[in-house]
Amino acid sequence: MIQAILVFNNHGKPRLVRFYQRFPEEIQQQIVRETFHLVLKRDDNICNFLEGGSLIGGSDYKLIYRHYATLYFVFCVDSSESELGILDLIQVFVETLDKCFENVCELDLIFHMDKVHYILQEVVMGGMVLETNMNEIVAQIEAQNRLEKSEGQVLG
Amino acid sequence: MSDIVEKTLTALPGLFLQNQPGGGPAAAKASFSSRLGSLVRGITALTSKHEEEKLIQQELSSLKATVSAPTTTLKMMKECMVRLIYCEMLGYDASFGYIHAIKLAQQGNLLEKRVGYLAVSLFLHESHELLLLLVNTVVKDLQSTNLVEVCMALTVVSQIFPREMIPAVLPLIEDKLQHSKEIVRRKAVLALYKFHLIAPNQVQHIHIKFRKALCDRDVGVMAASLHIYLRMIKENSSGYKDLTGSFVTILKQVVGGKLPVEFNYHSVPAPWLQIQLLRILGLLGKDDQRTSELMYDVLDESLRRAELNHNVTYAILFECVHTVYSIYPKSELLEKAAKCIGKFVLSPKINLKYLGLKALTYVIQQDPTLALQHQMTIIECLDHLDPIIKRETLELLYRITNAQNITVIVQKMLEYLHQSKEEYVIVNLVGKIAELAEKYAPDNAWFIQTMNAVFSVGGDVMHPDIPNNFLRLLAEGFDDETEDQQLRLYAVQSYLTLLDMENVFYPQRFLQVMSWVLGEYSYLLDKEMPEEVIAKLYKLLMNDSVSSETKAWLIAAVTKLTSQAHSSNTVERLIHEFTISLDTCMRQHAFELKHLHENVELMKSLLPVDRSCEDLVVDASLSFLDGFVAEGLSQGAAPYKPHHQRQEEKLSQEKVLNFEPYGLSFSSSGFTGRQSPAGISLGSDVSGNSAETGLKETNSLKLEGIKKLWGKEGYLPKKESKTGDESGALPVPQESIMENVDQAITKKDQSQVLTQSKEEKEKQLLASSLFVGLGSESTINLLGKADTVSHKFRRKSKVKEAKSGETTSTHNMTCSSFSSLSNVAYEDDYYSNTLHDTGDKELKKFSLSSELLDSESLTELPLVEKFSYCSLSTPSLFANNNMEIFHPPQSTAASVAKESSLASSFLEETTEYMHSNAMEVCNNETISVSSYKIWKDDCLLMVWSVTNKSGLELKSADLEIFPAENFKVTEQPGCCLPVMEAESTKSFQYSVQIEKPFTEGNLTGFISYHMMDTHSAQLEFSVNLSLLDFIRPLKISSDDFGKLWLSFANDVKQNVKMSESQAALPSALKTLQQKLRLHIIEIIGNEGLLACQLLPSIPCLLHCRVHADILALWFRSSCSTLPDYLLYQCQKVMEGS
Repeated sequence: MIQAILVFNNHGKPRLVRFYQRFPEEIQQQIVRETFHLVLKRDDNICNFLEGGSLIGGSDYKLIYRHYATLYFVFCVDSSESELGILDLIQVFVETLDKCFENVCELDLIFHMDKVHYILQEVVMGGMVLETNMNEIVAQIEAQNRLEKSEGQVLG
Repeated sequence: MSDIVEKTLTALPGLFLQNQPGGGPAAAKASFSSRLGSLVRGITALTSKHEEEKLIQQELSSLKATVSAPTTTLKMMKECMVRLIYCEMLGYDASFGYIHAIKLAQQGNLLEKRVGYLAVSLFLHESHELLLLLVNTVVKDLQSTNLVEVCMALTVVSQIFPREMIPAVLPLIEDKLQHSKEIVRRKAVLALYKFHLIAPNQVQHIHIKFRKALCDRDVGVMAASLHIYLRMIKENSSGYKDLTGSFVTILKQVVGGKLPVEFNYHSVPAPWLQIQLLRILGLLGKDDQRTSELMYDVLDESLRRAELNHNVTYAILFECVHTVYSIYPKSELLEKAAKCIGKFVLSPKINLKYLGLKALTYVIQQDPTLALQHQMTIIECLDHLDPIIKRETLELLYRITNAQNITVIVQKMLEYLHQSKEEYVIVNLVGKIAELAEKYAPDNAWFIQTMNAVFSVGGDVMHPDIPNNFLRLLAEGFDDETEDQQLRLYAVQSYLTLLDMENVFYPQRFLQVMSWVLGEYSYLLDKEMPEEVIAKLYKLLMNDSVSSETKAWLIAAVTKLTSQAHSSNTVERLIHEFTISLDTCMRQHAFELKHLHENVELMKSLLPVDRSCEDLVVDASLSFLDGFVAEGLSQGAAPYKPHHQRQEEKLSQEKVLNFEPYGLSFSSSGFTGRQSPAGISLGSDVSGNSAETGLKETNSLKLEGIKKLWGKEGYLPKKESKTGDESGALPVPQESIMENVDQAITKKDQSQVLTQSKEEKEKQLLASSLFVGLGSESTINLLGKADTVSHKFRRKSKVKEAKSGETTSTHNMTCSSFSSLSNVAYEDDYYSNTLHDTGDKELKKFSLSSELLDSESLTELPLVEKFSYCSLSTPSLFANNNMEIFHPPQSTAASVAKESSLASSFLEETTEYMHSNAMEVCNNETISVSSYKIWKDDCLLMVWSVTNKSGLELKSADLEIFPAENFKVTEQPGCCLPVMEAESTKSFQYSVQIEKPFTEGNLTGFISYHMMDTHSAQLEFSVNLSLLDFIRPLKISSDDFGKLWLSFANDVKQNVKMSESQAALPSALKTLQQKLRLHIIEIIGNEGLLACQLLPSIPCLLHCRVHADILALWFRSSCSTLPDYLLYQCQKVMEGS
């Protein structure tokens, strides 16, 4: 099961925070900070897995992350997930974002925070991997976008 | 690869123009949308955290005004919500908006609803009270005809949904499993999986529907159902063995590329699906040869097909290797898997190397030679700059530690330990080092020094067992007395040196260990006098950085030493100093010391030298105080009440005004707080004997505390454990093994010597010291678990036995009326019972069972036909007569006669154990097997009756039961039959114990036999077991119920509707008593107290309360899962009748 998905930039500013396990809010913030410090310490050429910080439950949990330009994508998972599988899931998520936003960048994540969440909901639902097929995810998002347009016309 | 293109913040203005909503929408929307923009811009322009805080607080207060203004449209609300989400993400409290998020989800149109749901799922958690307001909306949306609405509702249900409201949506979601759109089916499956996680009992009835989902025509739905199966198989693999074929077929199709192309990821067919399937197969095939055989082909295929062109194929490969090593081994596959591990370990990609190490760690127990193959890589990884790789390597080394490489490995571990700061890393590693040191220590000096390092680094975070074990090891010693003394002496000397060092601070735990050892074993020193040791301890006592707990240890050590010292000024100074201490505890100790010091003779007898392991006789009942108590009572003093009782009374006094004014909302009235439902009966205890309650208290307190620390178990004579040790210590010819390996290594060295640089030579040296003792000859002492390793410090086995003694004593205490002793005696009889002394025993049994089962109206029990094997004349229990009923023999007349005799025996002996009807579990033309359950007091006895239907003799009939996860199955004597005559019936008996609570389980096994020396045959069968088979009535009094009730932390409450036929409490309780075997303790008005126990001895209490036709059930138990399971059974019973 996926416990949390965190996206933050090189300065540790959160860009997407989604917890699938209950943590009090102040702990959530501490986890983001702790994770950022853990990940920041690491060079780009060492492995993409590390043990979770003490707040999230220590060595029972793995942090699996990828670093893209200005952003870190970190998935915190328990032992029932495959490390390499999650690593590619991050890739799928990012590629999907790229397709939906056309050359996605950090700013897209800020200004379309809600949309990013909708896309994420189609990939991971309640901590479980829902869909890994990129075309399928994009199709779902497009169906929702169509809805947006049609409603815009009705009201506008 | 689509990297995110970095855009600088200077591009912001342009971006805003782009982001203006197209088509010229209302001005309000535009302005709100840019409000988020300006907020973000504002924040990014700021330099300090403080400014950001100010800005966001401003933003929040303006948002607060907007959302609560009545003029705000839902559309504006939607924009506000996004900004609130942003503020929450940055860690600011936006709780004022939560209710508006729910409103938005309730009232908005599709788009607004979407934002509302998102905000709710981000803001709230499963047990947030506001979430209840959302339930109706979710129900409405689930029934909507709009696909998007349904999907949104399903998403929110799987993210957060209050556990107690699951029944409200469950039928709707079940319906969605038949929905025409696959996305809805898929989300519904995941939502149900989520329910399974948070409330497994609620979705038990739909397991059959999951099977349908597994066979769904859409791959996505099938993949989603694998989540559920992975989970359920992990919990109970034996129940799903029949699905193995399906999983194998699916995997074959996926691997074979039968899926549509769109499921390919980088031209690998559905990799995530493959991973999931491989994991499931690994769980199914574990320790199960026949199931494993089904999957060998497909695993081979997977290994072959995985062309290593992409990251994700490695993911599949890794899973594949894992599965191959989990299931019943097949050498061909293992060989291939070992090669694959090589690919991982030798890969230049660091991620793969990490996984390679992980795989090695996993397989090293089965195949230690693999570590030898990769020893150079492992050495390199040990000095890798990535700490994660290092950790994994150490984990690997931990598993290959043996008596020869221990020093090197522990040294490496200590090096790592000194660098790491994370607490959980330290705790983990320190534990491992201590474990290894105790097991393989080469000599005393090394052991003590390693433990010193452990204590000083592990300090106060390490597991308290470590110092306790260490002290016990020192105190109890091992086989050789002189060796013991040397170890102790070395410890004392090393601690004295450590204490001599100036300006060094040791953790408190370490100081405690030192003070105990010095107090006990300083007498071994010949040079230094106890006075000098006392002086050192005194110095520590005066140190402010030492905690008061440690000071208590120190002063205890001083007290012990004082009796050995002739006279000491330091002691007098110390007494003088601490008798005026502000710390009352210290003052107490000081006064004790003072009085002892004045009476040296008493002191010497009280504190003998080196007697820490002798048994102390403690008058736990404090009977010598009886006179004092009686005197107090006669002078009008109030009798003693235990702490919990006082609290109870205080609580009930506080509630004195609450006379249930809102009687109708009964679910909460009278149930508030930790009030005991047995309050009435507790009241009677007030006048009880103070000495008796006191006895129980002290009993539980003292025994535990003392035992764990000092190992003064008084239950077993010392001699016995010693002899056990001697026979257990098998000498292992380690020398020869070492030589062998050394030879192997030197050979290797020679072959490589030409190309070696100096650095490499060092590594080789390290390698040879690390991997010594590894090799095919020495597999036995590879693993820590192997018993044949001759440990230097062999702990005496007393501890465990003492512990079990402890548990029985507590057991006796808690269920005082449960005569476990007579049970045991009875057990023995049972086993030895065949033909002899039946009359005598029958009498005994009769009285026993009538005591246990009285008032439980046995004759009404549905399943039960009472029956006693004792009255049957055949020695084999349950044999012929019983079988005849189910397999009518040729001569009907005879059977009638037999049946009638059986019937008469029923009448005569109505008090034997209950048993179920026999059920045929399998048959063929020669034999038929039927089984039934006997619910004995202490276990479930499964009886399999085997009838030889053929006219031929069967040879060596044997019945075997496969080990099952939740059960412990023990064979009763006499289960293998050399010969089975024609047309005869024999029975096999197995007693089954439960290991952890569950609802339903399966026991499978097979019967094999030879016929006429020619062919042998095998027949398989399986039997269903339910939790109820292991529930027995617990007979306790209301008083005990009250006490137990308070001591249990796990409780579950639920209201159940009763059918009309049982609307009154007595009839409802009767139903529970009959069907679930609960014991009714007392019925007080509309409340009832019941108790039962899960074998062997997990008690569970039930408090019932009736109101109209609702029965409120309240369970408590010491086991966290038991109440849930019992509740489920109760519901079934109450609804079923």
